[in-house]
Amino acid sequence: MSKKETTYSVNQEVIEEKEYSTLNLGPTHPATHGIFQNVLKMDGEIIHDAVPTIGYIHRAFEKLAERRPYAQITPITDRLNYCSSPINNMGWYMTVEKLLKAEIPKRAQYHRVIIMELSRIADHIICNSVIGVDTGAMTGFLYIFQWREKIYEIFEEICGARLTTNIGRIGGFDKEWSKKAWDLIDTFLKEYPKGLTEFSNLLERNKIFMDRTVNCGPISAERALAYSFVGPNLRAAGVDYDVRVMNPYSSYEDFTFTVPVGTQGDTYDRFMVRQHEMWQSLSIIEQAIKKMPAGAMHADLPDFFLPPKEQVYNNMEALIYHFKIVMGETDIPKGEVYHCVEGGNGELGFYLISDGGRTPFRLHFRRPCFIYYQAYPEMIKGIMLSDAILTMSSMNVIAGELDA
Amino acid sequence: MTMELLEIVNNKLKEHFAGDIESAEQLYDYPVFTVNKDKVHDILKFLKEDEELNFHFLTDLCGMQTADEKQLGVIYHLHNMPKNYRIRLKTFFDINKPEVATATDLWPAANWMERETYDFFGVKFKGHPNLKRILNVDEMDIFPLRKEYPLEDQGRTDKNDSMFGR
Amino acid sequence: MAKEIIKRTKLEIAKSPEGIEGPGFFATKLEDVVGLARKNSLWPLPFATSCCGIEFMATMASHYDLGRFGSERLSFSPRQADMLMVMGTIAKKMGPTLRQVYEQMAEPRWVLSVGACASTGGIFDTYSVLQGIDKIIPVDVYVPGCPPRPEQILEGVLKIQEMAQNESFRRRESEEYKKMLNSYGME
Repeated sequence: MSKKETTYSVNQEVIEEKEYSTLNLGPTHPATHGIFQNVLKMDGEIIHDAVPTIGYIHRAFEKLAERRPYAQITPITDRLNYCSSPINNMGWYMTVEKLLKAEIPKRAQYHRVIIMELSRIADHIICNSVIGVDTGAMTGFLYIFQWREKIYEIFEEICGARLTTNIGRIGGFDKEWSKKAWDLIDTFLKEYPKGLTEFSNLLERNKIFMDRTVNCGPISAERALAYSFVGPNLRAAGVDYDVRVMNPYSSYEDFTFTVPVGTQGDTYDRFMVRQHEMWQSLSIIEQAIKKMPAGAMHADLPDFFLPPKEQVYNNMEALIYHFKIVMGETDIPKGEVYHCVEGGNGELGFYLISDGGRTPFRLHFRRPCFIYYQAYPEMIKGIMLSDAILTMSSMNVIAGELDA
Repeated sequence: MTMELLEIVNNKLKEHFAGDIESAEQLYDYPVFTVNKDKVHDILKFLKEDEELNFHFLTDLCGMQTADEKQLGVIYHLHNMPKNYRIRLKTFFDINKPEVATATDLWPAANWMERETYDFFGVKFKGHPNLKRILNVDEMDIFPLRKEYPLEDQGRTDKNDSMFGR
Repeated sequence: MAKEIIKRTKLEIAKSPEGIEGPGFFATKLEDVVGLARKNSLWPLPFATSCCGIEFMATMASHYDLGRFGSERLSFSPRQADMLMVMGTIAKKMGPTLRQVYEQMAEPRWVLSVGACASTGGIFDTYSVLQGIDKIIPVDVYVPGCPPRPEQILEGVLKIQEMAQNESFRRRESEEYKKMLNSYGME
């Protein structure tokens, strides 16, 4: 399909005609890593305009959450940014704990930090290796995915599931982690730096990779802030906004780490910001293990936390609490609260309005992908198709978070 | 710190928009202001452009329906990063005439967020460049997140509604 | 990550189909030979939409390697694919696209529905999710799980391989098959 446009110039008799072609970068496309559609208006290989369409995996999370009791909403939050589901789970727990005004013991908070940083590493592994695959470097993907299997083993030992974890409870963790889990974490901390160095040596100063990604899909800091960018994409543009530093939660203020910031906001900067964040996450996990305080693994919330089995079998109140919690008949106080955590893609926010019943009255997820993907047509104007594909994969657009 | 923020913003807003601030309260750790729907755009512009308040970042924009099901509301979360100020703004209007001014001229990020609110609740944003459905199919004629509509697809035959509290 | 090299001296050769063997010839049914060839070279079309797609990436990666079963080359073009692997939730908005992709595939084609969402709608019993892809396309093997472990996905692929091996030539032209396709509105 082509559309002819005629432009007349004033003093010449030559008539220029420009033909634009329409290309449908359809919902199922190998390079888009997720289902969203872009109808591109192209002048040869250069993109003139793009119209995105999303909603191909809209699963109505917000309406579904109004039907489910609070503990049953965690599996839904898993499926938002499914590459780093533990961060979503922890964010939800912290939102409910803010509503309950509950104090979580330091030990549980440090465990949460370890889990969140491990899943941040897992998310960045996927994003960076997929940027490599899109430039043609399949090797990096194959080698670094092995480390994701090691992280899956850690999650499986703690909660039983690999990907959609539903890890922890409202109020902390149900029990101490087993020795095998700690051994796996220690092995990971010792061995992963070698794997990450191998991956870095493959791509970071590789001339072909740099030629492809430098100046590819840049965005300035002002435009990024206007489009409400958050997370690694915003940090690549030069703004050092990290929720862990600005509004610390779960004892992040006890750890020292640097926030990597780029300059141009192009694909190479986004890749490098994520690489450095993986190194920082490793350092945070080491600090958390070294400084781990003693204490309880969960807060004292009998209304929301399953009591230990010995008490359930012997004690009347514990039995009643157990029954009420499992059936979802617990009463949450009335109120509204907004809490945000630093997810793999940036500020993941939960806006919860409770009317005192067993299910939320309104739950809204502030999804970073949905908000910053709006800038995509602006970022790809004037660049070629293969660079547009790279820009999309470097923005780490996860379809589950886009549509909810 | 946040109680002071409530007073700072409240005083500034009262200077310029005295009659339009319906309530100002501190809920958990956020100052929350409920404002008149006709002045929402001016108040947002003031909050964004004032030098001291400088709420340059729109964190979130979402819709809701009140418990009595007679009103719809739009909720804005704003953020001032250099000073770490965060506030919430709410505005409510009648469900039969849900119109409010758009915020896309102030923050381009509001574009899709307002489309999502339109898709879920039917709130029409005056001046929006492209107010179409974004997440649901274009042919849908109901606004699914309103309380009167059920969660499940009523035409499905393979699930038994008499079980599990559906 | 260098490991020591393991030399295998006892080679295992795949089982040959039943037939009559003699000096310089081997006579067997054409169906058996074609079945063997098809079974070990199924080219999948990964229709990955959500979380199950990430488990598929783990299945394709080196730890669980789908390539050793013959599915090394992923085909994103329906015309060149044998097996459609639908992984993840299919929303009603996506249904027509899935149907179009299925109709473009050439016979013989198999469909593997991976995950609870593709099989029955999963945990998303909502207005916007298609409650199972078998409402719009015929499915051969269902793999339950949310998401299924890579071993389960591999078992699903092995079951399709079994079906590919034992399929008769006449199946795709038979009345029963045509009736089944008509019930979905396809020719």
